[in-house]
Amino acid sequence: MLLTPEDITAIWLSLQVALTATLLSLPFGFAAAWLLVFKTLRGKVVLEVLVNLPLTLPPVVIGYFLLLLLGKNGWLGQLLAEAGIQLIFTWKAAVIASAFVGFPLLVRSIRIGMESIDGQLVAASRTLGASWFDSLLTIILPLSLRGIVAGSSLMFARSLGEFGATVIVAGNMPGRTQTIPLAIYDYTSSPSSTAMAISLCLVSVVISVAVLLLHEMLGRQLDRSRQS
Amino acid sequence: MRLGIKVKKQLGSFCLEVDTDISGDRIGIFGDSGSGKSSLVKLVSGLMQPDEGEIVLNGESLFSSRRRVNISPEKRGIAIVFQQAMLFPHLSVKNNLLYGYRRCVEQYRTIRPDALIDLLKLEPLLHRGVYHLSGGEKQRVALGRAVLANPRLLLMDEPLSALDDQLRYQIIPYLRSVSDELRIPYLFISHSVKEMQLMTEQIIVLTRGALTEETTPERLARNRMAQSQSGYLNLLSLADPQQHNGLYAYQWGENTLLVSTGESGAEESLFELSSREIILFKKHPEAISARNLLECTVVEMFNAAGRVGIVLSAKGNKFIAEIVQSAADELNISPGSTLFAAIKASSFRRLG
Repeated sequence: MLLTPEDITAIWLSLQVALTATLLSLPFGFAAAWLLVFKTLRGKVVLEVLVNLPLTLPPVVIGYFLLLLLGKNGWLGQLLAEAGIQLIFTWKAAVIASAFVGFPLLVRSIRIGMESIDGQLVAASRTLGASWFDSLLTIILPLSLRGIVAGSSLMFARSLGEFGATVIVAGNMPGRTQTIPLAIYDYTSSPSSTAMAISLCLVSVVISVAVLLLHEMLGRQLDRSRQS
Repeated sequence: MRLGIKVKKQLGSFCLEVDTDISGDRIGIFGDSGSGKSSLVKLVSGLMQPDEGEIVLNGESLFSSRRRVNISPEKRGIAIVFQQAMLFPHLSVKNNLLYGYRRCVEQYRTIRPDALIDLLKLEPLLHRGVYHLSGGEKQRVALGRAVLANPRLLLMDEPLSALDDQLRYQIIPYLRSVSDELRIPYLFISHSVKEMQLMTEQIIVLTRGALTEETTPERLARNRMAQSQSGYLNLLSLADPQQHNGLYAYQWGENTLLVSTGESGAEESLFELSSREIILFKKHPEAISARNLLECTVVEMFNAAGRVGIVLSAKGNKFIAEIVQSAADELNISPGSTLFAAIKASSFRRLG
């Protein structure tokens, strides 16, 4: 294995970005899935399209929109600048890019989990004295755990591989905003660095396999605890 | 309990329109599937909103489109026992039972978990997962869970339909105990005349979304005698039989009934006897194969779609036999006349 200190930083940064993006998106993903499954809304189609749009848009396009929005001249960027917050070209921008790109995958998985919940269970909890929020926390949340775990693993894995949006909003600065895919991209452009590229590729494989195994394990654990 | 419902709800092409004011503790809502029974349950419990109207429980407005009142389901104090038990799969039996109790305000907690667990015999189930319960056990837990929420009114939405015959009659005493011992009034929703007879005191009948009849279980059973496959069902509560030549001899008031299936012991068993399985004789027949021959007086006669129902009294115990009009004419029956009713020992069906 050939890993430079910058590579090690890139690995840690990738994990950090993916984990933060996933955790940050979870409450929003859960809320979006809940709205889509359990609520009768007038603008449901709009919400549906908005949630799924990042899945069909090229990540570069998402990155460019985010840059326009969060950049120096973007309206949100200006607001943040006034508050002394700089997002563009920091690892936080990479988190936001990953969060946008992975969001549809998260919502889809949670939604599948929620759709399998019998509406009468929720009705039962309401007539037993639970408010809608109580019912959300004590019935819907625990019963969609399987979907939440699946969605989180998917989103985490997708974030690890995020390239197009990240390179635009966070840049490709070794040691600061360079994640694994960006580092591999750099290595592939110089013919002498094949071994380094392969090393990072192997690391990617190991992390991905670990995420999948963890997902399987958690899923089985959930099934077991449910049937006891 | 007094419940005033005056609501209108359009559901696609189906329109539910009910206007009634009912009081009592065991009220039945009877109707075929698609008659709007379940929609009415949802409207009363607050799970669905009427388009317009009023719902008033014991003088308190639960919904009023005019005064813009819509109490949310968790504040209505109306619990439901569903057709499928709907136990929370991620909680233990104990936590299922306590779900509503924990959310009930201290001052309304009149029914305590220990007492209820005893009454419904739930102790052996407490530490099992809900996946390890039989259908009947699940329904008992669901009943316990609803009762422990200490509701003002319990809605039983076809709670017996998903159970097989034998289990059904094991559950009925538990369901009845809700009103007998715990004093919780209930609405019992079903499409079965027999369940109405066993569970309710008065009934509203829904037909295609409209209230078509306010009646009693007895009148409902009589009216539906001709349409029903087994006619009118006489329900007899019998106990403590003596063995008699391979049959069981039960005391029914001052009469003795010979029944082919039974169970020794003082505990009451419920038997059904179809009005169509009773043969009537004008004079005492010399010898017959049927093991029961009761001398009866005709108390009353009624017509139901071409059939004649004869209310008979055998030493004070009433039951109903059913014959066709021509037989009634031939036998020349009128109230007060004496008849002999022959019933085979195997005609009594034990319900549990």
